[in-house]
Amino acid sequence: MSESILGRRAELLASIRRFFTSRSFTEVSTPKVDKEIIPEAHIDPFEVPGLGYLQASPEMHMKRLLCAGSGPIFEIAKCFRKGERGKLHRPEFTMIEWYRPSDDMQKGMALLEEFMHVVAGWPAAKRTSYAEAFDRAIGVDPFDTATPRSHDWLNLQLAEKVESTLGIDTPEILYHYPANQAALATTTTDARGTPVAERFELYYRGIELANGYHELADPVELRQRLEVANHQRVADNRPALPLPEKLLAAMEDPRLPPCTGVALGIDRLMMLAVGAETIDQVADGI
Amino acid sequence: MPSTYNTSDFRKGLKIQIDGVPYLMVEMNFRKPGKGTALYECKLKNLLRNTVVDRTYRAGQTLEAADVTEFTAQYLYRQADGYVFMNNSDYEQYELSEEQVGEYARFLKEGLDCQLMTFNNQPIAVTPPNHVILQVEYAEPAAKGNTATNVQKPVQLETGAEILAPAFINTGDWLRVDTRTGEYIERTTAPDSE
Repeated sequence: MSESILGRRAELLASIRRFFTSRSFTEVSTPKVDKEIIPEAHIDPFEVPGLGYLQASPEMHMKRLLCAGSGPIFEIAKCFRKGERGKLHRPEFTMIEWYRPSDDMQKGMALLEEFMHVVAGWPAAKRTSYAEAFDRAIGVDPFDTATPRSHDWLNLQLAEKVESTLGIDTPEILYHYPANQAALATTTTDARGTPVAERFELYYRGIELANGYHELADPVELRQRLEVANHQRVADNRPALPLPEKLLAAMEDPRLPPCTGVALGIDRLMMLAVGAETIDQVADGI
Repeated sequence: MPSTYNTSDFRKGLKIQIDGVPYLMVEMNFRKPGKGTALYECKLKNLLRNTVVDRTYRAGQTLEAADVTEFTAQYLYRQADGYVFMNNSDYEQYELSEEQVGEYARFLKEGLDCQLMTFNNQPIAVTPPNHVILQVEYAEPAAKGNTATNVQKPVQLETGAEILAPAFINTGDWLRVDTRTGEYIERTTAPDSE
Protein backbone atom coordinates (compact mmCIF):
# COMPACT_ATOMS: atom_id res chain seq x y z
CA MET A 1 0.00 0.00 0.00
CA SER A 2 2.65 2.51 1.06
CA GLU A 3 4.75 1.98 -2.04
CA SER A 4 1.73 2.38 -4.28
CA ILE A 5 0.68 5.60 -2.54
CA LEU A 6 4.17 7.04 -2.81
CA GLY A 7 4.36 6.07 -6.46
CA ARG A 8 0.86 7.30 -7.31
CA ARG A 9 1.51 10.63 -5.66
CA ALA A 10 4.75 11.16 -7.59
CA GLU A 11 3.02 10.16 -10.84
CA LEU A 12 0.11 12.47 -10.13
CA LEU A 13 2.38 15.45 -9.46
CA ALA A 14 4.34 14.75 -12.64
CA SER A 15 1.20 14.52 -14.75
CA ILE A 16 -0.16 17.74 -13.21
CA ARG A 17 3.05 19.52 -14.21
CA ARG A 18 2.87 18.07 -17.75
CA PHE A 19 -0.76 19.15 -18.07
CA PHE A 20 -0.06 22.77 -17.23
CA THR A 21 3.34 23.27 -18.82
CA SER A 22 2.05 21.84 -22.11
CA ARG A 23 -0.67 24.50 -21.96
CA SER A 24 1.84 27.32 -21.50
CA PHE A 25 1.29 27.79 -17.77
CA THR A 26 4.27 28.83 -15.65
CA GLU A 27 4.88 26.95 -12.42
CA VAL A 28 5.35 29.31 -9.48
CA SER A 29 6.39 28.90 -5.86
CA THR A 30 5.09 31.66 -3.61
CA PRO A 31 5.93 32.52 0.02
CA LYS A 32 4.22 30.34 2.62
CA VAL A 33 4.47 32.89 5.42
CA ASP A 34 3.63 36.58 5.17
CA LYS A 35 2.52 39.48 7.35
CA GLU A 36 -0.63 39.77 5.25
CA ILE A 37 -3.30 37.22 4.40
CA ILE A 38 -6.72 37.16 2.75
CA PRO A 39 -9.18 37.19 5.67
CA GLU A 40 -11.93 34.60 5.39
CA ALA A 41 -14.84 34.31 7.80
CA HIS A 42 -14.42 30.59 8.46
CA ILE A 43 -10.71 29.92 7.97
CA ASP A 44 -8.24 30.40 10.83
CA PRO A 45 -4.59 30.83 9.86
CA PHE A 46 -1.67 29.85 12.09
CA GLU A 47 0.18 32.87 13.37
CA VAL A 48 3.97 32.70 13.33
CA PRO A 49 5.41 35.20 15.85
CA GLY A 50 7.49 37.84 14.10
CA LEU A 51 6.72 36.49 10.63
CA GLY A 52 2.98 36.82 10.18
CA TYR A 53 0.70 34.01 9.05
CA LEU A 54 1.15 30.65 7.41
CA GLN A 55 -0.79 31.06 4.17
CA ALA A 56 -4.14 29.24 4.05
CA SER A 57 -3.82 29.18 0.24
CA PRO A 58 -1.41 30.63 -2.35
CA GLU A 59 -4.16 32.92 -3.66
CA MET A 60 -2.86 36.28 -2.36
CA HIS A 61 0.60 35.84 -3.79
CA MET A 62 -0.54 34.24 -7.04
CA LYS A 63 -2.90 37.16 -7.69
CA ARG A 64 -0.05 39.61 -7.11
CA LEU A 65 1.90 37.72 -9.80
CA LEU A 66 -1.10 37.89 -12.14
CA CYS A 67 -1.30 41.66 -11.57
CA ALA A 68 2.42 41.87 -12.40
CA GLY A 69 1.73 40.23 -15.77
CA SER A 70 2.70 36.61 -15.10
CA GLY A 71 0.18 35.16 -17.56
CA PRO A 72 -1.27 31.70 -16.78
CA ILE A 73 0.28 30.22 -13.61
CA PHE A 74 -0.06 27.19 -11.38
CA GLU A 75 1.35 26.19 -8.01
CA ILE A 76 1.46 22.94 -6.08
CA ALA A 77 1.27 24.49 -2.63
CA LYS A 78 1.30 23.38 0.98
CA CYS A 79 -1.53 25.16 2.79
CA PHE A 80 -2.18 25.59 6.50
CA ARG A 81 -5.52 25.98 8.32
CA LYS A 82 -5.84 25.90 12.07
CA GLY A 83 -8.29 23.48 13.71
CA GLU A 84 -9.29 21.65 10.52
CA ARG A 85 -9.05 17.99 11.38
CA GLY A 86 -11.29 15.24 10.05
CA LYS A 87 -11.64 12.48 7.50
CA LEU A 88 -11.18 15.05 4.71
CA HIS A 89 -9.19 17.67 6.59
CA ARG A 90 -5.70 18.13 7.91
CA PRO A 91 -4.26 21.40 9.24
CA GLU A 92 -1.50 21.03 6.61
CA PHE A 93 -2.50 19.84 3.17
CA THR A 94 -1.46 20.11 -0.48
CA MET A 95 -3.36 22.10 -3.04
CA ILE A 96 -2.96 22.63 -6.77
CA GLU A 97 -4.10 26.13 -7.64
CA TRP A 98 -4.16 27.67 -11.11
CA TYR A 99 -5.23 30.89 -12.85
CA ARG A 100 -5.68 31.60 -16.53
CA PRO A 101 -6.22 35.17 -17.70
CA SER A 102 -9.20 35.91 -19.96
CA ASP A 103 -11.11 32.75 -18.94
CA ASP A 104 -14.74 33.35 -17.94
CA MET A 105 -16.55 30.90 -15.65
CA GLN A 106 -17.54 28.57 -18.52
CA LYS A 107 -13.96 28.35 -19.77
CA GLY A 108 -12.77 27.85 -16.21
CA MET A 109 -15.16 24.93 -15.69
CA ALA A 110 -14.12 23.44 -19.04
CA LEU A 111 -10.43 23.60 -18.06
CA LEU A 112 -11.19 21.94 -14.74
CA GLU A 113 -13.05 19.17 -16.53
CA GLU A 114 -10.20 18.71 -19.02
CA PHE A 115 -7.74 18.60 -16.11
CA MET A 116 -9.68 15.82 -14.37
CA HIS A 117 -9.96 13.88 -17.60
CA VAL A 118 -6.25 14.08 -18.48
CA VAL A 119 -4.79 13.77 -14.99
CA ALA A 120 -7.22 11.31 -13.39
CA GLY A 121 -9.02 9.75 -16.36
CA TRP A 122 -12.39 10.98 -15.18
CA PRO A 123 -15.51 11.00 -17.38
CA ALA A 124 -17.16 14.29 -18.34
CA ALA A 125 -18.68 16.21 -15.42
CA LYS A 126 -22.35 16.98 -15.05
CA ARG A 127 -22.99 20.69 -14.48
CA THR A 128 -25.68 21.55 -11.99
CA SER A 129 -26.62 24.96 -10.70
CA TYR A 130 -26.89 25.53 -6.96
CA ALA A 131 -30.65 26.08 -7.37
CA GLU A 132 -31.11 22.83 -9.36
CA ALA A 133 -29.13 20.84 -6.77
CA PHE A 134 -31.30 22.13 -3.89
CA ASP A 135 -34.47 21.48 -5.84
CA ARG A 136 -33.35 17.93 -6.72
CA ALA A 137 -32.20 17.03 -3.19
CA ILE A 138 -34.74 18.70 -0.91
CA GLY A 139 -37.30 20.38 -3.18
CA VAL A 140 -36.35 23.85 -1.98
CA ASP A 141 -35.67 26.96 -4.06
CA PRO A 142 -32.69 28.55 -2.27
CA PHE A 143 -33.37 31.87 -4.01
CA ASP A 144 -37.11 32.04 -3.29
CA THR A 145 -37.61 35.70 -2.34
CA ALA A 146 -40.87 34.87 -0.54
CA THR A 147 -38.92 32.65 1.90
CA PRO A 148 -35.48 34.20 2.24
CA ARG A 149 -32.97 31.66 3.55
CA SER A 150 -30.03 32.57 5.73
CA HIS A 151 -26.52 31.84 4.60
CA ASP A 152 -26.14 29.60 7.65
CA TRP A 153 -29.28 27.59 6.93
CA LEU A 154 -28.30 27.04 3.29
CA ASN A 155 -24.82 25.99 4.35
CA LEU A 156 -26.21 23.42 6.78
CA GLN A 157 -28.64 22.01 4.18
CA LEU A 158 -25.84 21.81 1.64
CA ALA A 159 -23.66 19.89 4.08
CA GLU A 160 -26.32 17.60 5.53
CA LYS A 161 -28.69 16.94 2.62
CA VAL A 162 -27.40 18.19 -0.72
CA GLU A 163 -23.73 17.23 -0.83
CA SER A 164 -24.49 13.52 -0.52
CA THR A 165 -26.46 13.73 -3.79
CA LEU A 166 -23.62 15.33 -5.74
CA GLY A 167 -21.21 13.52 -8.06
CA ILE A 168 -22.61 10.06 -7.44
CA ASP A 169 -22.25 8.43 -10.88
CA THR A 170 -20.17 11.05 -12.63
CA PRO A 171 -18.21 14.06 -11.41
CA GLU A 172 -20.50 17.03 -10.90
CA ILE A 173 -19.76 20.74 -10.96
CA LEU A 174 -22.00 22.90 -8.80
CA TYR A 175 -22.12 26.52 -10.00
CA HIS A 176 -23.95 29.84 -9.48
CA TYR A 177 -23.78 30.01 -5.70
CA PRO A 178 -25.88 32.63 -3.89
CA ALA A 179 -24.38 36.09 -4.42
CA ASN A 180 -23.73 36.46 -0.67
CA GLN A 181 -21.53 33.35 -0.82
CA ALA A 182 -19.43 34.76 -3.66
CA ALA A 183 -16.26 34.85 -1.54
CA LEU A 184 -13.78 36.23 -4.12
CA ALA A 185 -15.87 35.54 -7.24
CA THR A 186 -17.61 38.02 -9.51
CA THR A 187 -21.38 38.22 -9.30
CA THR A 188 -23.88 38.24 -12.13
CA THR A 189 -27.54 37.36 -12.65
CA ASP A 190 -28.75 33.95 -13.83
CA ALA A 191 -31.42 33.23 -16.49
CA ARG A 192 -34.18 33.98 -13.95
CA GLY A 193 -32.60 37.31 -13.05
CA THR A 194 -31.40 36.09 -9.62
CA PRO A 195 -28.11 37.55 -8.43
CA VAL A 196 -25.59 34.69 -8.30
CA ALA A 197 -21.87 34.25 -7.81
CA GLU A 198 -19.65 33.03 -10.64
CA ARG A 199 -18.28 30.43 -8.30
CA PHE A 200 -18.16 26.67 -8.82
CA GLU A 201 -17.20 23.55 -6.93
CA LEU A 202 -16.37 20.06 -8.13
CA TYR A 203 -17.76 16.98 -6.37
CA TYR A 204 -17.10 13.33 -7.00
CA ARG A 205 -18.19 10.33 -4.92
CA GLY A 206 -19.18 12.42 -1.95
CA ILE A 207 -15.94 14.40 -1.85
CA GLU A 208 -15.71 18.14 -2.44
CA LEU A 209 -12.58 18.43 -4.51
CA ALA A 210 -12.18 21.88 -6.03
CA ASN A 211 -13.38 25.44 -5.74
CA GLY A 212 -13.27 27.91 -8.63
CA TYR A 213 -13.97 31.59 -9.13
CA HIS A 214 -14.35 33.85 -12.07
CA GLU A 215 -12.18 36.22 -10.09
CA LEU A 216 -13.40 39.48 -8.67
CA ALA A 217 -11.01 42.10 -10.09
CA ASP A 218 -12.44 45.23 -8.46
CA PRO A 219 -10.25 46.24 -5.48
CA VAL A 220 -12.93 48.45 -3.92
CA GLU A 221 -15.47 45.62 -3.89
CA LEU A 222 -12.83 43.17 -2.69
CA ARG A 223 -11.88 45.42 0.24
CA GLN A 224 -15.56 45.65 1.19
CA ARG A 225 -15.99 41.87 1.16
CA LEU A 226 -12.86 41.32 3.23
CA GLU A 227 -14.12 43.84 5.77
CA VAL A 228 -17.42 41.94 5.94
CA ALA A 229 -15.46 38.72 6.51
CA ASN A 230 -13.54 40.41 9.33
CA HIS A 231 -16.79 41.66 10.91
CA GLN A 232 -18.11 38.12 10.82
CA ARG A 233 -14.90 36.89 12.46
CA VAL A 234 -15.20 39.40 15.28
CA ALA A 235 -18.88 38.49 15.77
CA ASP A 236 -17.78 34.83 16.05
CA ASN A 237 -15.09 35.72 18.63
CA ARG A 238 -12.23 35.25 16.21
CA PRO A 239 -9.55 37.87 15.69
CA ALA A 240 -9.83 40.22 12.69
CA LEU A 241 -6.96 39.70 10.23
CA PRO A 242 -4.82 42.25 8.38
CA LEU A 243 -6.01 43.05 4.85
CA PRO A 244 -3.82 42.11 1.88
CA GLU A 245 -2.83 45.73 1.17
CA LYS A 246 -0.07 44.86 -1.33
CA LEU A 247 -2.56 42.83 -3.38
CA LEU A 248 -5.26 45.52 -3.13
CA ALA A 249 -2.73 48.14 -4.31
CA ALA A 250 -1.65 45.95 -7.24
CA MET A 251 -5.31 45.43 -8.22
CA GLU A 252 -5.66 49.22 -8.31
CA ASP A 253 -2.59 49.55 -10.49
CA PRO A 254 -1.58 47.74 -12.72
CA ARG A 255 -4.88 45.74 -12.10
CA LEU A 256 -5.78 42.09 -11.97
CA PRO A 257 -6.49 40.77 -15.48
CA PRO A 258 -9.91 39.12 -15.87
CA CYS A 259 -9.29 35.44 -15.12
CA THR A 260 -10.69 32.28 -13.62
CA GLY A 261 -8.87 30.42 -10.88
CA VAL A 262 -9.33 26.98 -9.33
CA ALA A 263 -7.97 25.39 -6.16
CA LEU A 264 -8.07 21.60 -5.94
CA GLY A 265 -7.09 19.34 -3.04
CA ILE A 266 -4.35 16.95 -4.08
CA ASP A 267 -4.72 14.75 -0.99
CA ARG A 268 -8.42 14.28 -1.74
CA LEU A 269 -7.65 13.51 -5.37
CA MET A 270 -5.22 10.86 -4.08
CA MET A 271 -7.97 9.49 -1.81
CA LEU A 272 -10.20 8.95 -4.83
CA ALA A 273 -7.34 7.50 -6.89
CA VAL A 274 -6.47 4.80 -4.34
CA GLY A 275 -9.90 4.39 -2.71
CA ALA A 276 -8.80 5.69 0.71
CA GLU A 277 -11.38 6.39 3.42
CA THR A 278 -9.44 9.13 5.19
CA ILE A 279 -6.99 11.84 4.19
CA ASP A 280 -4.50 10.46 6.71
CA GLN A 281 -4.14 7.30 4.64
CA VAL A 282 -2.66 9.26 1.73
CA ALA A 283 -1.23 12.47 3.18
CA ASP A 284 1.99 11.13 4.66
CA GLY A 285 2.90 9.06 1.62
CA ILE A 286 3.91 6.18 3.90
CA MET B 1 -12.57 19.58 34.33
CA PRO B 2 -13.91 22.64 32.48
CA SER B 3 -17.64 23.26 32.89
CA THR B 4 -18.23 23.54 29.13
CA TYR B 5 -16.56 22.31 25.97
CA ASN B 6 -16.23 24.38 22.82
CA THR B 7 -16.49 22.69 19.40
CA SER B 8 -12.69 22.93 19.12
CA ASP B 9 -12.46 20.66 22.21
CA PHE B 10 -14.77 18.03 20.68
CA ARG B 11 -13.18 14.62 20.38
CA LYS B 12 -14.01 10.96 20.76
CA GLY B 13 -14.34 10.00 24.42
CA LEU B 14 -15.61 13.39 25.68
CA LYS B 15 -18.27 13.17 28.40
CA ILE B 16 -20.95 15.81 28.15
CA GLN B 17 -24.51 16.39 29.33
CA ILE B 18 -27.64 17.56 27.58
CA ASP B 19 -30.73 18.38 29.65
CA GLY B 20 -29.17 16.65 32.65
CA VAL B 21 -28.49 13.39 30.80
CA PRO B 22 -24.86 12.25 30.49
CA TYR B 23 -23.54 11.33 27.04
CA LEU B 24 -20.29 9.93 25.74
CA MET B 25 -19.02 11.26 22.40
CA VAL B 26 -18.37 8.00 20.56
CA GLU B 27 -17.66 9.52 17.15
CA MET B 28 -16.80 13.00 15.93
CA ASN B 29 -16.37 14.00 12.34
CA PHE B 30 -15.22 17.47 11.32
CA ARG B 31 -16.76 18.77 8.09
CA LYS B 32 -16.38 22.04 6.33
CA PRO B 33 -18.43 22.43 3.21
CA GLY B 34 -17.26 24.99 0.67
CA LYS B 35 -16.49 28.30 2.26
CA GLY B 36 -18.95 27.77 5.10
CA THR B 37 -18.88 27.29 8.85
CA ALA B 38 -17.18 24.19 10.18
CA LEU B 39 -19.61 21.47 11.27
CA TYR B 40 -18.95 18.88 13.95
CA GLU B 41 -21.00 15.73 13.33
CA CYS B 42 -21.19 13.73 16.54
CA LYS B 43 -22.54 10.40 17.63
CA LEU B 44 -23.49 10.66 21.28
CA LYS B 45 -24.17 7.66 23.49
CA ASN B 46 -26.72 8.19 26.21
CA LEU B 47 -24.96 6.73 29.25
CA LEU B 48 -28.24 6.04 31.05
CA ARG B 49 -29.99 4.21 28.23
CA ASN B 50 -27.11 3.09 25.98
CA THR B 51 -28.81 4.55 22.92
CA VAL B 52 -26.87 6.54 20.32
CA VAL B 53 -28.07 9.82 18.80
CA ASP B 54 -26.64 11.91 15.93
CA ARG B 55 -26.09 15.61 16.57
CA THR B 56 -24.46 18.25 14.39
CA TYR B 57 -22.90 21.35 15.97
CA ARG B 58 -21.56 24.48 14.30
CA ALA B 59 -18.17 25.96 15.11
CA GLY B 60 -18.38 28.02 18.30
CA GLN B 61 -21.25 26.11 19.94
CA THR B 62 -20.65 24.65 23.38
CA LEU B 63 -21.75 21.60 25.36
CA GLU B 64 -21.90 21.25 29.12
CA ALA B 65 -19.29 18.91 30.61
CA ALA B 66 -20.57 15.91 32.60
CA ASP B 67 -18.99 14.81 35.85
CA VAL B 68 -18.70 11.19 34.81
CA THR B 69 -16.00 9.06 36.41
CA GLU B 70 -14.99 5.44 36.09
CA PHE B 71 -13.12 3.40 38.66
CA THR B 72 -12.49 -0.19 39.67
CA ALA B 73 -15.05 -1.52 42.13
CA GLN B 74 -15.42 -4.95 43.65
CA TYR B 75 -18.76 -6.75 43.56
CA LEU B 76 -19.76 -7.40 47.18
CA TYR B 77 -23.19 -8.97 47.33
CA ARG B 78 -26.70 -9.04 46.04
CA GLN B 79 -29.49 -7.56 48.07
CA ALA B 80 -33.24 -7.49 47.58
CA ASP B 81 -33.49 -4.82 44.90
CA GLY B 82 -29.96 -4.50 43.61
CA TYR B 83 -26.25 -5.21 43.58
CA VAL B 84 -23.68 -3.69 45.91
CA PHE B 85 -20.18 -2.70 44.77
CA MET B 86 -17.27 -1.10 46.61
CA ASN B 87 -14.76 1.38 45.22
CA ASN B 88 -11.40 -0.36 45.61
CA SER B 89 -9.53 2.85 46.45
CA ASP B 90 -11.78 4.62 48.97
CA TYR B 91 -14.06 1.70 50.03
CA GLU B 92 -17.17 3.73 49.30
CA GLN B 93 -20.14 1.49 48.48
CA TYR B 94 -22.57 1.88 45.59
CA GLU B 95 -25.80 0.08 44.88
CA LEU B 96 -26.92 -0.55 41.32
CA SER B 97 -30.39 -1.66 40.26
CA GLU B 98 -31.13 -4.83 38.29
CA GLU B 99 -31.83 -2.67 35.26
CA GLN B 100 -28.44 -0.92 35.54
CA VAL B 101 -26.53 -4.19 35.85
CA GLY B 102 -28.61 -5.89 33.16
CA GLU B 103 -27.30 -9.01 31.41
CA TYR B 104 -23.99 -8.87 33.26
CA ALA B 105 -25.68 -9.93 36.53
CA ARG B 106 -25.39 -13.60 35.63
CA PHE B 107 -21.57 -13.44 35.63
CA LEU B 108 -21.14 -11.51 38.92
CA LYS B 109 -19.24 -13.40 41.55
CA GLU B 110 -18.37 -11.96 44.94
CA GLY B 111 -14.99 -10.24 44.83
CA LEU B 112 -15.02 -9.68 41.05
CA ASP B 113 -13.31 -6.41 40.03
CA CYS B 114 -15.58 -4.43 37.69
CA GLN B 115 -15.51 -0.95 36.14
CA LEU B 116 -18.12 1.26 37.75
CA MET B 117 -19.31 4.50 36.17
CA THR B 118 -20.84 7.35 38.15
CA PHE B 119 -22.54 10.58 37.10
CA ASN B 120 -22.49 13.30 39.79
CA ASN B 121 -21.32 10.51 42.13
CA GLN B 122 -24.46 8.42 41.44
CA PRO B 123 -23.73 4.98 39.95
CA ILE B 124 -25.10 4.62 36.41
CA ALA B 125 -23.40 1.56 34.91
CA VAL B 126 -21.09 -1.33 35.64
CA THR B 127 -18.92 -3.38 33.28
CA PRO B 128 -17.31 -6.66 34.33
CA PRO B 129 -13.98 -7.76 32.81
CA ASN B 130 -14.34 -9.12 29.27
CA HIS B 131 -13.29 -12.55 30.51
CA VAL B 132 -14.15 -14.20 33.82
CA ILE B 133 -13.27 -17.62 35.22
CA LEU B 134 -16.22 -19.48 36.76
CA GLN B 135 -16.76 -23.00 38.04
CA VAL B 136 -19.33 -25.34 36.53
CA GLU B 137 -22.05 -26.01 39.09
CA TYR B 138 -23.72 -28.66 36.98
CA ALA B 139 -23.14 -30.35 33.63
CA GLU B 140 -24.82 -33.42 32.21
CA PRO B 141 -22.24 -36.21 32.11
CA ALA B 142 -20.64 -36.43 28.65
CA ALA B 143 -22.18 -39.10 26.42
CA LYS B 144 -19.76 -42.03 26.11
CA GLY B 145 -17.56 -41.95 23.03
CA ASN B 146 -18.71 -38.48 22.05
CA THR B 147 -15.42 -36.61 21.82
CA ALA B 148 -16.43 -34.20 19.08
CA THR B 149 -15.59 -30.68 20.21
CA ASN B 150 -18.23 -29.02 18.08
CA VAL B 151 -21.10 -30.62 19.98
CA GLN B 152 -22.34 -28.24 22.65
CA LYS B 153 -24.53 -28.68 25.71
CA PRO B 154 -25.95 -26.30 28.30
CA VAL B 155 -24.00 -26.10 31.58
CA GLN B 156 -24.81 -24.19 34.74
CA LEU B 157 -22.15 -21.94 36.30
CA GLU B 158 -21.64 -21.10 39.98
CA THR B 159 -23.24 -17.67 39.48
CA GLY B 160 -26.40 -19.29 38.13
CA ALA B 161 -25.66 -18.40 34.48
CA GLU B 162 -26.44 -21.09 31.92
CA ILE B 163 -24.12 -21.15 28.91
CA LEU B 164 -23.29 -23.52 26.07
CA ALA B 165 -20.05 -25.50 26.50
CA PRO B 166 -18.44 -28.44 24.69
CA ALA B 167 -19.71 -31.93 25.46
CA PHE B 168 -16.52 -32.90 27.38
CA ILE B 169 -17.10 -30.33 30.19
CA ASN B 170 -17.90 -31.79 33.61
CA THR B 171 -19.34 -30.53 36.88
CA GLY B 172 -16.53 -28.88 38.87
CA ASP B 173 -14.52 -27.74 35.80
CA TRP B 174 -13.33 -24.13 35.57
CA LEU B 175 -14.29 -22.23 32.43
CA ARG B 176 -13.15 -18.96 30.91
CA VAL B 177 -16.25 -17.10 29.69
CA ASP B 178 -16.71 -13.96 27.60
CA THR B 179 -19.07 -11.67 29.54
CA ARG B 180 -19.94 -9.60 26.43
CA THR B 181 -21.32 -12.53 24.46
CA GLY B 182 -21.90 -15.11 27.19
CA GLU B 183 -19.80 -17.57 25.20
CA TYR B 184 -17.51 -20.34 26.45
CA ILE B 185 -13.86 -19.65 25.58
CA GLU B 186 -11.86 -22.50 27.12
CA ARG B 187 -11.49 -24.91 30.03
CA THR B 188 -8.90 -23.64 32.49
CA THR B 189 -7.55 -24.11 36.00
CA ALA B 190 -8.96 -22.62 39.17
CA PRO B 191 -7.98 -18.96 39.63
CA ASP B 192 -5.13 -18.36 42.15
CA SER B 193 -7.40 -16.86 44.77
CA GLU B 194 -9.41 -20.06 45.06
